[in-house]
This record gives sequence, C-alpha cells and structure tokens, in this order.
Amino acid sequence: MARTISYREAVNEALAQEMDRDPSVIVMGEDNAGGAGSPGEEDAWGGVLGVTKGLYHRFPGRVLDTPISESAFVGAAIGAATRGMRPVAELMFIDFMGVCFDQIFNQAAKFRYMFGGKAVTPVVIRTMYGAGLRAAAQHSQALYPLFTHIPGLKVVVPSSPYEAKGLLIQSIRDDDPVIFCEHKAMYDTTGEVPEDSYAIPFGEANVVRDGGDVTVVAIGRMVSVAAQAASELAASGIDVELIDPRTTSPLDTDTILESVENTGRLVVVDEATPRCNVATDISALAAKEAFGSLRAPIEMVTAPHTPVPFADSLEDLYIPDAQRIVNAVKSVAGWSR
Amino acid sequence: MTDTLPRPVEGGLDENRLREAYRVMRTIRMFEERVHDEFATGEIPGFVHLYAGEEASAAGVCAHLDQRDAIASTHRGHGHCIAKGVDVKAMMAEIYGRTTGSCHGKGGSMHIADLSKGMLGANGIVGGGPPLICGTALAAKLQQTGGVGVAFFGDGASNQGTTLEALNLAAVWNLPAIFVAENNGYAEATSSTWSVAADNIADRAAGFGMPGVIVDGFDFFAVYEAAGEAIARAREGGGPTLIEVKFTRYFGHFEGDQQSYRADEVANARANLDCLSRFRARVVETGQLRQSTLDQVDAEVTTLVDDAVTEAKAAPKPTRADLETDVYVSY
Repeated sequence: MARTISYREAVNEALAQEMDRDPSVIVMGEDNAGGAGSPGEEDAWGGVLGVTKGLYHRFPGRVLDTPISESAFVGAAIGAATRGMRPVAELMFIDFMGVCFDQIFNQAAKFRYMFGGKAVTPVVIRTMYGAGLRAAAQHSQALYPLFTHIPGLKVVVPSSPYEAKGLLIQSIRDDDPVIFCEHKAMYDTTGEVPEDSYAIPFGEANVVRDGGDVTVVAIGRMVSVAAQAASELAASGIDVELIDPRTTSPLDTDTILESVENTGRLVVVDEATPRCNVATDISALAAKEAFGSLRAPIEMVTAPHTPVPFADSLEDLYIPDAQRIVNAVKSVAGWSR
Repeated sequence: MTDTLPRPVEGGLDENRLREAYRVMRTIRMFEERVHDEFATGEIPGFVHLYAGEEASAAGVCAHLDQRDAIASTHRGHGHCIAKGVDVKAMMAEIYGRTTGSCHGKGGSMHIADLSKGMLGANGIVGGGPPLICGTALAAKLQQTGGVGVAFFGDGASNQGTTLEALNLAAVWNLPAIFVAENNGYAEATSSTWSVAADNIADRAAGFGMPGVIVDGFDFFAVYEAAGEAIARAREGGGPTLIEVKFTRYFGHFEGDQQSYRADEVANARANLDCLSRFRARVVETGQLRQSTLDQVDAEVTTLVDDAVTEAKAAPKPTRADLETDVYVSY
C-alpha cells in the first residue's frame, strides 16, 4: 500500500528492507550509526541528515561508523564487496569524491574488465549532491557527470521519493558498482511510496508526462522543476513530453530518441555545470541519432561554468529554475524548418 | 628417504611445507628472471616491475594463508600472485597479453588477479591496496570465517594517505588485517631513507596503536615467524599489525630502468644475502631437506617456466570481439 513519505524516509526504508532481506548488506559512513564510542551511540542520530537513523539498533553490527577517511572506508566497502558482502557506503557529500576517487574509478570501476570479467563488486556508494542549501562551492556540486564518464560504474539520480526507494533497492541488488546520487534539497520532499519492497530497473527512463510538442529530459531534482515548467507551458498551449532517465549510466537512449523523433524538439535540463555534462551527452546523442527529426536547435538548461556561489542572491541564479526551462522550451517551440 | 633425516620442525614447517615454500621462492625467482630476459627481446608489451630479491616476503607471509584469506598487491605483484597460488602459466600468458592469461589479456603485468584464490590483484596505483584489504578483513570478520586480509605495499606507498587511513581504520575497527611494508629501499628512484620521515616504516605502527615489526626480508624464516605471529593474533581477534620487510630488489624499478641512482648494493645482496641461497644453506645444514630435493624442485620449476613462456607465446591474442565485453555484469 502506498502512503506519503519523504525522500529521506524512502532511502531509509530501502536500506532497512534490503538489510532485512539480505544479511550481506551492510552500511558504513561518517556518523551512519551516529556517535560511535560516545553517548551519541545510544541516540544513533543517523548522520547529518538523519538518513540512516534507526538502522544501528535494528541491525546490530551492520551499521558502521567510520573515521573521516573516505579513501579508507570507500575502499573497504569495495574490498568487502569482492568477498561476498553488499556494502552501502555513504560519501556524505559528492564533493568529497576528490579525496577517494581513486578507489572508485581506478579500483571498483575497473576490476571486472581489468581482471578479465571475473570480478563481481556489488558496492553502492550513496552520496549527496546539489545546490540550494547555501552550502557553497565545496558542498553543493552536481558531479554525477564525472562518474557517468567512467566505464564500469552505474550512476543513479533519483528524482522523487518513489524513485529513490525503488532505485536504491535495485542498486543494492545490482552486481556492479553503483553511485547513488541523492539531492540534498529533496530530503524533505514527500510523495507516494509503496510500503512493499520494489526495484526499479536501471536504464529504463520514466516518461513523467506525455506531450507532442517538445521533449524535455531532466535529471534528478530538475525533474520536478521541469514538471512545474511543463504545467505552466501547458497553460500556454505547449505540450511537453518530460523524460526522467533515472540513471545516467546506463542511459535509456531509446526512450529519449523515440520522443525526439516524435516532437522534433529537445530541451535538456541538468543541474551540473555545462561542459561535458549529461545535457551535452544527451544533446550529442540526439544530434547524431535523430538529426533528421530535429526541427529546432537543441537547448540546454544548466548551471553556469562557475563554482557554486554562496550568497543566496547568486545561488538562486545559479540553479536552473522553471522560468529558464519555460524560456528554453518556448525558444525551441518557436522554431520551424 | 628423507624420513630418516633428523628434522627439527620450525614453526609448523615440516618437510613438505619447507619444500613448497622453497618452490614458491624459486618459482618467483625463475619467473622474474625469465620475464627480464624475455622483456629484453621486445616481445612483452607495456610496463613490467620485477620482484626478484624479495621472494622471502611473499613466500613467508603467504605460507600462513589459505582460502579464507585475501591479499592485495602492488605494481610489483608477480611474487604475491605466485605465493597466493595463482596459476603460473596463466600469469605468463597475461604478461604476454594473451586470451589464456589470468585476465584474458585485459589486465597485464600490473593487474594480474585471481579472486577465486583471494588474490585481489596486482595494483597499478601506489597505495591502492590497503583500503581494499580493510574491506576483505571486514568481510572475514562479519562472516566469522577466521580469515585475514594482507596488504602488501612498498616504501613508496607507505607515504600515501590511503595507506595511513587504512592503518587507522583497521585499528579503529579492530580488523584481522596485516600490513606488509616491503621496503626495498627505493620508490622508483627515490631512496626511502629520504622519503620516509621516520627511521623505520614500522615505527609508524605506534601512531595507530598497533604492533610494528621490522624483519630481515632476505630471511624467509624471519618473515615466516613475524607473519605467523601477526596472522595468528589477527585470526583470534587481536587486530592488525604492521610488518616492515627490508631488502633490496635485484632489478630496476621497471624493466629498462638504468638504475643510475644506486651503486653496487645488488651485487652484494645477490652474493651475501640472497634469500634462496640462505634458505638452501639452512635447511640442508639442519638436515631438514636434502640438496637433491631442492635440485629436483629447481628442475621442476625450470620446466614449468619454460612451458609457461612457450605456451604464452603460442596463445592467441584477444580480438575485437573481446574489446567491449566484461565491463559490467549487466548493462
């Protein structure tokens, strides 16, 4: 039965249900238990955003606090994954990939290929991305394109509580290394989520809204922003087909191309900075594979090529908003050839 | 035959185990010397880093390990692979980039691995292994197998943050992990007496609240004893140990290295310190193994390495059909 819960609760429920189902699932990260070795351990606050709250006492010995040593514990999660465990490591902020990237992209991502197809590394790295909390340049980035670039990794960017639960369950069951990117401004977002366990397959985009005029592909939190834009556009007579790829690797190219072939117009919305991001990737795909169908230049709505600013007045300008999406859609809708 | 000899058993090393330890060391030596020769002909592609001179470390540590245990290695990984039981012919084929290789020719010298043997791979990234070993040790602890994880790394990697983080994490989580710092004196061309800001790498163990031990890396028995103590402690829940093994590598950092940074230390080590010579002398003098037994092992290893090279050269290279396979389990 579905009921309304938050994105945070959806992630927590996915972890709990998988830990219940499979004893090889373990969770580790900074404050994931919460306050190990101090009175805080009893409270077990479950991290700065409370995502893992309640798991420590429910699953004794399987929720591990770590020192602030991302290389060591991300590497440990990867090593344990090669020996029969299904670890879920939390890289608190995606920005911290800089201190542990080697373990992710040179170790986990390459084991299977480099070892001739004989390695299985079912590790999940949950990590928090995105701007909007005035957290400034080192705690706000949307770095999923960097992971998407790496063969051997799967990259998941859930756009709602429903997506978060089903995609995290799939991530844990998946036999490849998965980078699971949670938007920090979405933890209090609520939505209908089934109580029962369910897995959403990777590489199968969700068509959030059908429409015949313009295809909009949006990533992560941008899906809800684009949905708002689509509602406004409907009022002015433009029907947007809104696609949520769910995973940037693998990418459901078929659903995107089919829609572009139908509408002939494409807008891609990506909170990442504009060079070599998911928007450029999807735009290139459409330009190459659906060139004959395109009736307007492709538009990309992204962050600017800058670090994330601190001042609210600047950060609000940095993050793509509904108005920019509306403008982009109107721009491509106005073209004819 | 040898049953009639007086045989003091050292640390559980009976005649069979001594012979097999010798076989491991001799296999590593012959393998590496042969790769050295073959590399000079230009037939072996890529980068190759040889372990000759360091055999007692891999053999002395791995003699205590079994299927429950996992090891992580380095760019100088052939010795660790052989000591952990990776198939020698498959290793040679891998170095030649052939489909019959341990990794179907997709890894090469720096990535030889056999996860079924608990060998997590040679590793092209200095300091890449220690965090991984925290994970294999954690798995063994949670699964209650009694298994341990062993991270081999060099003096260069001893200065990597990953190694220091892993030492701390292993102590904090009280993991059944052993960190073996193989100090061969040089990180590429940079002397460890300059790059390690302590008298010994093992001294750093105190900073992580774990035992630190220094061992003569040319002495199989010294390594065997130190590793045995550390591994037994780890298996019983006593936590991690840092072992520093000191020795000299017989070849350059990589094949082709002109080694202008060091003097004649290799000649001295080969003449006076060599682990194989010392092992032979000791087991023969104490009557634990016969000279003829050791000669027999040498002959068998010679044949094995000869065959490995012949078969590797004859094996097919991977083709276009192999280029895009094995990236994911499913995609």
